[in-house]
Amino acid sequence: MSVAKPLPHDAARLHVTGTARYIDDIPVPAGCLHLAFGLSPVARGRLTHVDLAAVRAAPGVALVLTAADLVRPADCSPSAHDEPLLAEDEVHYAGQPIFLVAADSHLAARKAAALAQIDISPLPAILSISDALAANSRFEDGPRIYGRGDPDAELATAEIVTEGEIEIGGQEHFYLESQAALALPQEGGDMIVHSSSQHPTEIQHKVADALGVPMHGVRVEVRRMGGGFGGKESQGNALAIACAVVAQMTDRPAKMRYDRDDDFTITGKRHDFRIAYKVGHDAQGKISALVFEQFCRCGWSMDLSLPVADRAMLHADNAYWLEHVRITSHRLKTNTQSATAFRGFGGPQGMVGIERVLDHVAHVVGRDGTAVRKCNFYGAPADRSDQGALPPGGAAASPQSISAKAIYNGTRTPYGMEVTDFILDDLVARLESSSAYAERRQAVAAFNAQNAVIKKGLALSPVKFGISFTLTHLNQAGALVHVYQDGSIHLNHGGTEMGQGLFQKVAQVAASRFGVGLEAVKITATDTAKVPNTSATAASSGSDLNGMAVRAACDTIRDRIAVFLAERTQSDPTDIVFADGMVRVGGLEMPFAQAAKEAWMGRVSLSATGFYKTPDIVWDRIRGTGRPFYYFAYGAAVTEVAIDTLTGENRILRADILHDAGASLNPALDIGQVEGGYVQGAGWLTMEELVWDQTGRLRTHAPSTYKIPAASDTPDIFNVSLYDTPNAADTIYRSKAVGEPPLMLGISALLALSDACAACGPCYPALDAPATPERILAAVARARGALP
Amino acid sequence: MTKTHVSLTVNGEKKDVLVDPRELLIHTLREQMDITGPHIGCETSHCGACTVDLDGKSVKSCTMFTVQAEGADVTTIEGLGSPDGLHVLQEAFKENHGLQCGYCTPGMITRAHRLLQENPNPTEEEVRFGMAGNLCRCTGYQNIVKSVLAAASEMNSAKEAAE
Ligand code: FES
Ligand code: FES
Repeated sequence: MSVAKPLPHDAARLHVTGTARYIDDIPVPAGCLHLAFGLSPVARGRLTHVDLAAVRAAPGVALVLTAADLVRPADCSPSAHDEPLLAEDEVHYAGQPIFLVAADSHLAARKAAALAQIDISPLPAILSISDALAANSRFEDGPRIYGRGDPDAELATAEIVTEGEIEIGGQEHFYLESQAALALPQEGGDMIVHSSSQHPTEIQHKVADALGVPMHGVRVEVRRMGGGFGGKESQGNALAIACAVVAQMTDRPAKMRYDRDDDFTITGKRHDFRIAYKVGHDAQGKISALVFEQFCRCGWSMDLSLPVADRAMLHADNAYWLEHVRITSHRLKTNTQSATAFRGFGGPQGMVGIERVLDHVAHVVGRDGTAVRKCNFYGAPADRSDQGALPPGGAAASPQSISAKAIYNGTRTPYGMEVTDFILDDLVARLESSSAYAERRQAVAAFNAQNAVIKKGLALSPVKFGISFTLTHLNQAGALVHVYQDGSIHLNHGGTEMGQGLFQKVAQVAASRFGVGLEAVKITATDTAKVPNTSATAASSGSDLNGMAVRAACDTIRDRIAVFLAERTQSDPTDIVFADGMVRVGGLEMPFAQAAKEAWMGRVSLSATGFYKTPDIVWDRIRGTGRPFYYFAYGAAVTEVAIDTLTGENRILRADILHDAGASLNPALDIGQVEGGYVQGAGWLTMEELVWDQTGRLRTHAPSTYKIPAASDTPDIFNVSLYDTPNAADTIYRSKAVGEPPLMLGISALLALSDACAACGPCYPALDAPATPERILAAVARARGALP
Repeated sequence: MTKTHVSLTVNGEKKDVLVDPRELLIHTLREQMDITGPHIGCETSHCGACTVDLDGKSVKSCTMFTVQAEGADVTTIEGLGSPDGLHVLQEAFKENHGLQCGYCTPGMITRAHRLLQENPNPTEEEVRFGMAGNLCRCTGYQNIVKSVLAAASEMNSAKEAAE
């Protein structure tokens, strides 16, 4: 069987030779137009005068469009129909497209776009979380509130109450391939669109809408993306629509790729958050009540902000039992880029909130952070201060000593979902031992006692991440499989390949179902004409959903072959075996290719679709109750860092990770996801800083000013293993989703830096993210009591 | 604008092109020669996706005017090997999972190739710092570093065997 094997990425051979094609590499037909947007330099204002004469007159320019020139309104929003392709009367953020240039080259279009004379009469811009709160500028009528119990009453009687607040910065996706699309007009007004998109069906839908044709008039193809990370879930809509509109008007092919600066300036990023907390706990650090207030900066349009903010609320517990809890979420509307999906989809911000709480509580009670975390785990022995730990089962404890208090922590999330697959006790124990956590805790303390300038920090943080789209209807997938008469197999499904290895994993499933080698399976580009009505490849769900859909399609064909061959041998079709390239039934044995040929000769259909929908999920996002997730994926990381207390400079010295991918479909690809996710998560929380100036312009709009981790920034020692245990839920070969969860392992880097800062003095350092040298210096000063 | 004639060698082949004085080498390679292995990631010399080898040095081809490459000898990823005949480094990146989305890969391998010419026996740290001008957003670099080290030891043992 080819599942569970560490096979290379499906297109590895093409990638290493530079022959894998991205949108910008596809040869275009003659006469192709190249597009560029003209952008608003102002965060908010009324368009008073738009003079594009110089743009139109520039060399190579074929067409210039403003909103008024569009035959029909073109909207780019994935949710609320609130994102016109081109600004109408008002601009809502600095970077918003106002007009569109089509020219005979990329450079000609960009140069022309710079010649516009645009007068904007500025309006007061709402830029920050504080601005938005002051103006009550928000999405939805008011904050969403999830919770249970009576946190206020519990806080009033808590032994200790700890309060604080953390600022969490956003994050630019920085997919190495910037956004791109290519539209090819066809006969009869049809349109083919190549798009670097995680969501071909949405591109099809939005393009059809903008062109005024039914969805059947638009075909969208996505072979691969040069990285997506959520940034190509909705942010590619504008380019695809622009290309299609120009192609329709001119009957010429049209291509658009964002220059990197434009990509930064136009597209949405990870939502930045402020999270305030008030927690009641005992002297051991056991939490009795917790109140969170999450402030989420959504930008100018709704985009995917509501489900992102929901998911932040759904991960405000991470791995911990919160008996009395309230989470209030404010979705704030600001005059900035419309923040969007980014690996983890709000979950990471919610998780940073609760991990910050645990860090703060551990500091207040003076215990090791890992010990405090473990006593708050779901289902952990209820380590109440007056009782000490009770043994599992509570057998040794007399009824009196238990009194009215629980023996174990509860296992129900704040939103009412029972956590039945909790594996963190064992996973964390294994990681503590493999990473020599206790010894290194002592070594770090000894180092810090001897060194005044360089301080080290160490932290362990767990991840529990819910798998499924919280919009229940998105949890479906389709596949199309053909077996040709020579036994070769054509595979197609609705998932898209952005580097995560989805295509290879799904091909491994198909090869395993037919018992053939992977070379028999042809992986083909995602295509809305082959599999319709697909969901975005997002929420880590790609292989769960598409793997199952492909299995269903393969099994339909297998069953047909089985019935056909069993009839010939008078045997039971359920006895058929597809293995090692052979088909065996009732004493008959033949190569798979021969079975395919004979089935074809016997007039058996060798083509099938497959469909899958995730079972058992129900969710009411207004009340905040139900079972939004099919299962949870887990992991934990230990990170060790060093800081220079004079400059704030810092390094990750070592990271140890144990991550749960269930029974991995491909351990090599999964480990790659874990390593990449950790580095991306640590980058977000340590070095990647987005800075907007007072007028709302993003000043970190290129890699010259926005720093993502380089090879020299990653840990010197980096140990990554998979917790190789089958998923308790019935997923494809009992594997688990692995795209997003590892990103949150990077939270341990922030916590380790906090630990290093805390080594500088008696006070809590309250380190914000990203922990840039400036913030580290401030946190060191706070630890020393020199800053409030 | 008057165009300038430039002659250069690309992947062993002599090429003559007419270019605008401000045309960048990456654009000439991709648009005039259909050499699309070197990718565009930033066009400001920070990401390394466009890395080529020019007269024995790693060069970000978005940082150089084509007219500056007059007479130069340029090697791109296409000049290192082909899908049917992989270079040791290409094989190593494939086998050690040194790529995910693959967008950075041609630049990475081209850079790694020069790095191993400059330092055939690098330590892990030397690889990390020697490759720090090439960004990858997907892999976390672990497998990239592993790939380069694997290729180095492969190339060294081949050299020893030959001696
Ligand atoms: S495109 Fe040349 S360095 Fe980024
Ligand atoms: S593999 Fe995607 S950028 Fe390196």
